[in-house]
Amino acid sequence: MTLLAVRDLSLALGQTPVLDGISFDIAPGEVFGLVGESGSGKSMTALAIMGLLPVGAHPRGQVNLAGRDLLSLSERDLTRIRGRDIGMIFQEPMTALNPMKTIGDQVAETLLVHRAAPRGQAQAVARDRLARVGLPADRFSPGLYPHELSGGQRQRVAIAMAIALRPRLLIADEPTTALDVTTQAQILDLLAGLVREEGLALLLITHDLAVIAGQARRLAVMQKGRIVETGATEALFRAPRQDYTRSLLAASDHRPVRPVRPAPAGTAAAAEPILSVRGAVREYLLPRSAPFAPHPRLRAVNGVSFDIAPGESVGLVGESGCGKSTLTRAILGLDPLQGGTIRLGGSDVTAGRTMSPTLRARVQVVFQDPYGSFNPRHRVDRLVGEPFHLTGRPRDADARIAAALQEVGLDPADRHRFIHEFSGGQRQRIAIARALIIRPDLIILDEAVSALDVRVRAQVLDLLARLRQDHGMAYLFISHDLSVVRAVTDRVLVMQAGRIVEEGPTGQVLARPAHPCTQRLAASTPTIPADWKEPAHAP
Amino acid sequence: MRRYLLGRLVSLVLSLVAASLVIFAVIEIVPGDPASYMLGLKASAETVAALRTQLGLDAAPPERYLSWIAGMARGDFGLSYTYKVPVSDLVAQRLTVSLPLAAYALALTALVAFPAGLLAAARRGRIADATVMGATQLGIALPNFWFAMLLVLVFALHWQIFPAGGFPGWEGGIAPGVAALTLPAIALALPQAAILARVLRSALIETEGQDFIRTARAKGLTRGQTMLRHALRNAMIPVMTILGMQFSFLLAGAIIIENVFYLPGLGRLIFQAITQRDLIVVESVVMILVFAVIVVTFAVDLAYAAIDPRLRRRA
Repeated sequence: MTLLAVRDLSLALGQTPVLDGISFDIAPGEVFGLVGESGSGKSMTALAIMGLLPVGAHPRGQVNLAGRDLLSLSERDLTRIRGRDIGMIFQEPMTALNPMKTIGDQVAETLLVHRAAPRGQAQAVARDRLARVGLPADRFSPGLYPHELSGGQRQRVAIAMAIALRPRLLIADEPTTALDVTTQAQILDLLAGLVREEGLALLLITHDLAVIAGQARRLAVMQKGRIVETGATEALFRAPRQDYTRSLLAASDHRPVRPVRPAPAGTAAAAEPILSVRGAVREYLLPRSAPFAPHPRLRAVNGVSFDIAPGESVGLVGESGCGKSTLTRAILGLDPLQGGTIRLGGSDVTAGRTMSPTLRARVQVVFQDPYGSFNPRHRVDRLVGEPFHLTGRPRDADARIAAALQEVGLDPADRHRFIHEFSGGQRQRIAIARALIIRPDLIILDEAVSALDVRVRAQVLDLLARLRQDHGMAYLFISHDLSVVRAVTDRVLVMQAGRIVEEGPTGQVLARPAHPCTQRLAASTPTIPADWKEPAHAP
Repeated sequence: MRRYLLGRLVSLVLSLVAASLVIFAVIEIVPGDPASYMLGLKASAETVAALRTQLGLDAAPPERYLSWIAGMARGDFGLSYTYKVPVSDLVAQRLTVSLPLAAYALALTALVAFPAGLLAAARRGRIADATVMGATQLGIALPNFWFAMLLVLVFALHWQIFPAGGFPGWEGGIAPGVAALTLPAIALALPQAAILARVLRSALIETEGQDFIRTARAKGLTRGQTMLRHALRNAMIPVMTILGMQFSFLLAGAIIIENVFYLPGLGRLIFQAITQRDLIVVESVVMILVFAVIVVTFAVDLAYAAIDPRLRRRA
C-alpha cells in the first residue's frame, strides 16, 4: 500500500534542468529520507509535491497522493489538499512564522482556512495541538507572538500548524538544520513521536546522513536532480552501491590528518600562550523596567579563563545562547569586557580605537555565513586584501592576494570576479584566504563549516589542517557540531550559561564527558551507527 | 506598552522644545524690523521705538522667548502686525479650511492607493500591474497644479458639477463646503495616491517573498488570502510612515492648490505673512505646524505599535 507515489518527476527552470526522472514511494506511517547536497533538487522535489514551485515552473510526471495525481489538479483543488492532506515545515524557524500574529491564531488558521472548525473550536484545537508539540498553554500561552519564542519553540509552532488537521503526509525540509544539537534532538524526537502516535508519513529532507540514519527506514540519495540510489537505510549505509553515496558517507565523518605539534612543554616559546583569557566577564544591559530605573544586566560571559598555545587547535562548544559568540566578539576586540583580561601575544585586547592595528592583525576570523560576510559590490581582490589596512598595504599586495587564493585552492584569476559568482564552499575558501593573508597567529572559526555540504566541508577541513601545518597558526574552532570539533581540534572547551564547565583533550572529553552539559551535547549529536560503516570507512 | 508610550511622549515634548528654540532663533536673525515695516518708510525713529516697546520687541531674547512660550501655552499667540487681530483667531479660521482639506485629500489618497497597490502586487508583472505602475509614474511626474487646472476645466467649467474656486465657509452647511473642497482635494490626492500605491505595492511584494508567506501557502491559503491576511499587515509599516508624512505635507504644503482654487488656507496665510514680514504670524503658524507634525508622528508611532507586536514591549 502506497500513500505517495512520485513517478518520473522532471522539472526545468528556464533552460536549466532541476529535476530529472525522480521516482519514489512512501507508505502510510513511514519515514522516508531524501538526502543530497545543496542544489541537488531535494527542496524542489518537496515544493513540486506541494504544488508550491516558483511561478512559471511546470513539472512533468506524476505525484500520486492516495491515487490522485497532484500535478493534474488545479490551484484551487491544491489549496484544499495543502495543510489538510499534506503538511510541510521548513528550515528556518526564525522567519517561518508571521511576526504579527499570535501562535494560537496561526495554528487555528490551518483549521479555519479549510473550514474544519468554527472559530472558537479552532482555537481549542490549536491549544491542543500546541500542547502536543510540547508547548502546553499553561506555560506557552497561545497569545504569545513568535518573537517571544526561541528557534526550537518556533519550529514546534510550525509543526503544530502543519499537523493541526492530522494530515497523512508531513514534509519536513531540513527541519533541524538551523537549530543547535540538543534542540535538534528534541525536534527529531517530536517528529518520530508524531509518526508513531498519529500514523502520519514523514518525508524527511536533509543534507545530514547521521540525522537520516537515526530516523528514516528508507531513503533516496539525490545528486544533480536525479535519484542515484534508493533503499532501506541500514542496507544502503552498510553497502552503498554508488560511488556518490560512498563519497558522501566518507565525507560525513571525514577526519583530516592533524599536524603533529611539537611537544608543548619544555621550550620557552611553547610556554607563552598566544591567547590568554583570564576571568573574562561580558555583560549586556537589558531594557529598563521603568524610566530611570537601573538597567538589568545579563552576564553572557561569566568569568571565563583559558589559554591557546601557538599552533594549537582548540574547540569551543555549547548550546546556542551559551555565550560562545559573545566571547568571540570580546576576543576580536569588538566589545569591551566588564571584568578580567584577554591577552593576545602578551598585549591586552581592548575594544574600539585603543586596540592597535598591529595587535588586531594577529587575530582574524571566519564567520558562519558565506553569503552574508562579504560586501557584494567589491571584487575578490579587494575583499581578500581588506586586512592590509591593519598592516599597511605591502608593495607585493597583488602577488600576495593571488598566492592566498591559490593556497585555498582557487584560481588567482578569480580575484577580478564578484562574490556572487562563487558557490558557498568557494566563498568560505575566500573568507579563509582573507583571514590568512596577513599571517595572523590565531584564526577564529565561528561555525565556519556549519553551512557547508559534507563533501565541501571535508575539503575545507583538510585545507584548514594543511594551513596549520604550513604556517603554524592557532585555531579557535567554535561549533555546535561535535563531530567536526572531534575531527579538527586538539583540546575542547565546553561552555554553558557563560561559563566553561568542562575542558580537556578533545578525544578524552568527548569519549567520557563528565559534565551533564557535555553529556547532553554528546548524546544529542546524531551519529551513524559504527557497525553500519563499511570496513573501509571504519576509523 | 506603557513604557513605549511614555518614551514616545517624552520624545514628543523634547522635539517641541527643540523646534520652538530653532524657530525663535531663526526669526531672531532674519533681517527686517517688524515695527518699521508696519509703520512704513516715513515713520520717525521715535514712533518706531515706541511701537517696538509696545510690541515687546526691545526685551532681551530669553525673556521674549519665555513670554512667547507662556503665551502659546495659554492659547495666546500674540497680535498679527499686519492684520491687527489675534494670531490665534487668524489661524483658527484658516484651519477650518486646511484641516478638512488635508483630511479629505488623505482619505481620497488611501481610497485610491490601497486598491491600486493591492491590485498591482497581486497581478505582479501582468497588465494590471503595468497599468497601475504607468499611471502612478504619471501621477508622480505631473505637477498637481496642472491636474488642478484640468479638473477645473472639466468639472467646473464644462460640466459645472463643482465650483471652480473660493470657499463659502461652513456656515451654509456641510454640502457647499465639501463641494468647494472636492476638486482641490482630488488635485492634492492624486500625486500622493500615486506615491502611496507604489510604496504599498513594493512593500507587499517584498513581504510576499518572505518565508512565512510560504508557510501560509503550505497551510492551504490561496495567494489572495496570504496577501490580505498575512502580507498586508506586514506591509503597513512603510505605508503608515508615508501616510504620516503626507498628512503633514497636506496641512501646509497645499499652497499652490490653495492659490489655484482661491482657498483661504494655512499655506496662503504663511506665504502672505512672510512677504509682509509679519513675523509673529510666521512664528506661530510654523510652531503650530511643527506641533501638528510631531503629533502626527506620535500617532504613527502608536499605529506601528498597534500593527507590530514586536514594538510593544512587555508593559
